[in-house]
Amino acid sequence: MALSNEQIQQRLIEKFGDQVSHFEEPYGMLTFDSPKELNMKVLQFLYDDQELGFQFLTDLTAVHYPAYKGRELAVVYHLHNLVANCRIRYKVFASVDQPDVYSATKLFAAANWLEREAYDFYGVNFVGHPNLIRIQNVPEMDYFPQRKEFPVEDQTRIDKDDEMFGRGGSFDFGNRQADGAPRQISEAEKG
Amino acid sequence: MNTTEKNILLPEGSIESRTTKLNLGPTHPATHGVFQNILELDGERIVSAEQTIGYIHRAFEKLAERKPLYQITPLTDRLNYCSAPINNMGWHLTCEKLLGIQTPKRVDYLRVIIMELARIADHLICNSIVGVDTGAYTGFLYVMQYRELIYEIWEEVCGSRLTTNIGRIGGFERDFNDIAFTKLEKFLNEYPDVLTEFENLFARNRIFMERTIGAGPISAERALNYGFTGPNLRAAGVDYDVRVHAPYSSYQDFDFIIPTGSTGDCYDRFLVRNQEMRESISIIRQAYQKIQDIKGAEGGVFHADVPEYYLPEKKDVYTKMEALIYHFKIVMGEIDIPPGEVYNSVEGANGELGFYLISDGGRSPYRLHFRRPCFIYYQAYEELVKGSMLSDAIIVMSSLNLIAGEMDG
Repeated sequence: MALSNEQIQQRLIEKFGDQVSHFEEPYGMLTFDSPKELNMKVLQFLYDDQELGFQFLTDLTAVHYPAYKGRELAVVYHLHNLVANCRIRYKVFASVDQPDVYSATKLFAAANWLEREAYDFYGVNFVGHPNLIRIQNVPEMDYFPQRKEFPVEDQTRIDKDDEMFGRGGSFDFGNRQADGAPRQISEAEKG
Repeated sequence: MNTTEKNILLPEGSIESRTTKLNLGPTHPATHGVFQNILELDGERIVSAEQTIGYIHRAFEKLAERKPLYQITPLTDRLNYCSAPINNMGWHLTCEKLLGIQTPKRVDYLRVIIMELARIADHLICNSIVGVDTGAYTGFLYVMQYRELIYEIWEEVCGSRLTTNIGRIGGFERDFNDIAFTKLEKFLNEYPDVLTEFENLFARNRIFMERTIGAGPISAERALNYGFTGPNLRAAGVDYDVRVHAPYSSYQDFDFIIPTGSTGDCYDRFLVRNQEMRESISIIRQAYQKIQDIKGAEGGVFHADVPEYYLPEKKDVYTKMEALIYHFKIVMGEIDIPPGEVYNSVEGANGELGFYLISDGGRSPYRLHFRRPCFIYYQAYEELVKGSMLSDAIIVMSSLNLIAGEMDG
């Protein structure tokens, strides 16, 4: 049983109309997104539908895009139909101020720790998760370390930027002023 | 004050509650790694288990956001350190997919040899540890000399043994030397008999069977729901193998079967791993034959022609201008990666090892996520051991092949 990306896309559009959007095929894998409120409806449909049958959750993770205002946090699901041997990637976006996304633990037992990890590192609040606590970091930690505002290097250093790694200026990596605006490094400070 | 209270100091409430809490780990020798299980025991029966991980979390995903591609390979070494070459090559294959690099057939076959050796090294550790945990130490010591031989082959190829950093984007850093091939032949000649002997020691051993049959079983449905992959899923009866379902590194050129079990218990996992080692030996033989069949100009190829990503040979750096330029650009991490989003997976020794790489066109990944198989399937541990005996908890743990480095990432 072959399952082509066009078929999946058509089936999704039939069901959800223009709620599912941004269909792409980077490196052959169908990628799309939907409003975050719909995530369980879409996942359940992908799971139950006779034709689609995406019943294996390969991976779940989060990505932080500070540049996308109002939809900074992406939750990415990689789903696999093992019978037809077809993979898809499904994304929902949430704002960093209110990162509530419905939990997929009812559908996939595998989502439990993956969601805890996404919460631990990005602060995505999975609504309905049975045990949403940190998994890799210490419970006392009060920030979400993989967000882009935390640079790998010491945040207190202002003499360095990411120029050498291709990201000079596009991210401030924590060098913010008190009001949150990016801090410009003066020539004098660079030394 | 009665005699019990006077003589034995018991924590508050411990007489009233009928269960006992036991901390298995984080430094208990039976966990074979740094992770913790808080078991609640009623006598010797397990009532509940709570897993705590993260003791050796090293933030590889965060670190990768500041490193050029080639510097991420040593990070992958430290995921599943029992079979580091598979992680290395999975990472290189991901980069090659993103960059659109086609590798020559000979490179693919050389990679297959190294990856299958890694699978054997990993499985033989796992299976012999199951033996140790059931009380048979002999098998462990016996197969250890063949893991040593595998490590010697890696040493000839890349110079290191455990955390190998083997290969480069596009191929290998150097061709295999004669010693490597001689040792490989020695391994192929001797190991099958040793494996048979190892199997004879365990597979029909009364004590071993009593201990492992029915210990920690899982149905195919539950295993899929829990995201099981690799030998643990196949032991439950699902023949999913990335090498077959999404062939990478020319796995489509090889004949091999996917061994499966039926009950998903420790015994089936043991048998599946043993059978996989046999298949791996067969794959290595085929790959070695194919390499010998490649003659002429292709005969000595060990990397793709991608000067922008493949570090040039040192003697060229001293004599050739382009080589010097590329050497400098690569070492300083000044090569921009094309923007893109790619998921690539390989069949790691304990399941589907996936790399989800997002590049925004910078010099290091914008986001890199490792799909670490044992992090995902360790969630099922409570379900596997609930209601069984304490001693089963140990075997289930070792037969799941839990590697703390991979779990914590």
